Order: sequence, then C-alpha cells, then structure tokens
Amino acid sequence: MRFRARVEVQLRPGIADPEGATIERALPALGFEGVAHVRAGRSFSFEVDAPDEGAARTTASELADRLLANPVIEQSRLELEAI
Amino acid sequence: MAPRIGVVVFPGTNCEHDVVQAATAAGGDGVLLWHGDTQVGAVDAVVLPGGFAHGDYLRPGALARFSQVMGAVAEFARGGGPVVGICNGFQVLTEAGLLPGALQKNGRLRFLCEPTRLVVTSTASVLTAGSAVGDELVIPINHFSGNYTCDDETRARLQAEDRIVLRYAANPNGSIDAIAGIASEGGNVVGLMPHPERASSALLGSEDGLVLLRALVHAAASASAAT
Repeated sequence: MRFRARVEVQLRPGIADPEGATIERALPALGFEGVAHVRAGRSFSFEVDAPDEGAARTTASELADRLLANPVIEQSRLELEAI
Repeated sequence: MAPRIGVVVFPGTNCEHDVVQAATAAGGDGVLLWHGDTQVGAVDAVVLPGGFAHGDYLRPGALARFSQVMGAVAEFARGGGPVVGICNGFQVLTEAGLLPGALQKNGRLRFLCEPTRLVVTSTASVLTAGSAVGDELVIPINHFSGNYTCDDETRARLQAEDRIVLRYAANPNGSIDAIAGIASEGGNVVGLMPHPERASSALLGSEDGLVLLRALVHAAASASAAT
C-alpha cells in the first residue's frame, strides 16, 4: 500500500520564534487587526510504501523525529492518508 | 612531531583551509579529512569548521550529522579525543547529539558578521584550558543561526558542571545566558559560534583566536602521548 504523509514542524511552545514574531509585528502595517500568537513552521510531504497504515506511520514518524524536526526545539505533527 | 589536527570537509564547508593554516600557526599540523571517510585516521584532534555543510538545507547541521565521518568523530569523542566545532561545526555537533541544545535563528533575524568580545567563563575544556576565567578575547562571528537554545534543565546542568566556556560580553544573537561556546561533560568536545581561525594573525585584527587554538594543540599533544 502507498500512503501520503504530511509532516508539520513547529518550534515547541515556549521557544522564542523570531520569524513568527517578525511576521506578527508586520501585520498592523498591512491592516490586519486582532491577529496574535503567530508561529512560523515548515511542512513536508512524502509518500511511503508499507504493508499497512501502522507500518507507514512508524516509518513516517521516525523520519519526522530523526530528521525533519530537531526534538530539542521543535515538535512535529503527522497526517497520513492512503492513496 | 606536531600533533595532527584533522579538519573535516563537508560539501559546503568553506573555512577548512583557514582552520588548517591557523592550527598550523598554533603549533599543530593541520590536515583535511573528508566527510565520506569512515575513520578519522591518525589524528590527535578533530575540528568541524565553519561553512554551510550540505547547503544548510533543512537546518544547519541536520544533514551533515548523517555523514559517514560523523560515526568516526563520535567514536573519537567517546574515547576522550579533542573535538571542536566552529560555527557550522557547532551546529553539526548539536544536531549529532555530541553537545546539548540547539542553535536557532538569530534573535533579530539578521546575519551577523562582526568582531565580538568574548569572556572566558570556564577553563575546563580543551579550547579554554590555556586561558583564565575572566579573560577577554576579540574574535569574529559570522552566522545567521547562532542563537543558543536549550531547556532550563540543560542550562542549569551546563552551569553547575562548569561547561559554559565562552560568553559574549554583549549578546549579539539572543543566545540563552549570552552563551558563545559550551563543552561536553569531559571537556573534550567543544562547540563555539565565533571563529578563532579568523583571529589568528595581527593582520586579521586580532590574534586572540590563537590562544584557543594553542590550547587545542596542547590537548591534542597530550591525547597523542596518552595513546
């Protein structure tokens, strides 16, 4: 079976996010009001061949934790769908 | 014989020749190592120099840590061998788990390239053993992600174990506790954002980097004598 994985990586709560803060500071100048707590992150997608969803999830989450995110400062969220 | 200082070249490394030259000026014998090597060979110390290993894609150091040579570097470090990561090399060491914490984007999202005043805050490392606590050194930085970050527990531990070896006199990048360099538990693995090799001659405006590199050469000589 083949699965499409989408991994979202963000800084952990409490870790300063200079990119998100800069975006947030720019918002009033662009006329956006009432927007707060901007956090920047990255998203990755890839496809996994695996016998079942559990196996695909294991592979994808290991990839996310060992490579895509640096667990010291970042956390990742994984979404998986069969294709 | 002068101790051999192995300087690792990753694809995208750009400070290797400067480090070889500065290590040689400090009394060592600088030699280049290749990222595809499975061993570090007959070297007495290893330096991971600055640059943009693997284009800094994903995160600085994130891909370089999977290079073949890193297994050998980790083993060399476990055996007590002196290992120093400068700038991008520091980022590689944290990604590889040889040093705790991480280097995040600079606080104000600026690439910083300027001389900085550093204060030696611990001499319990292969890089600062030749200095005294409180010594000031002027050494340049050149980075976008030099903002040292770690959790409170790690920070307390680094402090308690005297492993914060260098601090900025004026914090340029938002690093926790103005940390510019830290050491491993044994003091044999050190990472720092400033570039000692760029302060290795009066012509470069400062020779303060030689103080650190001479200590490394000295540690390499002792490591060599011990084996």
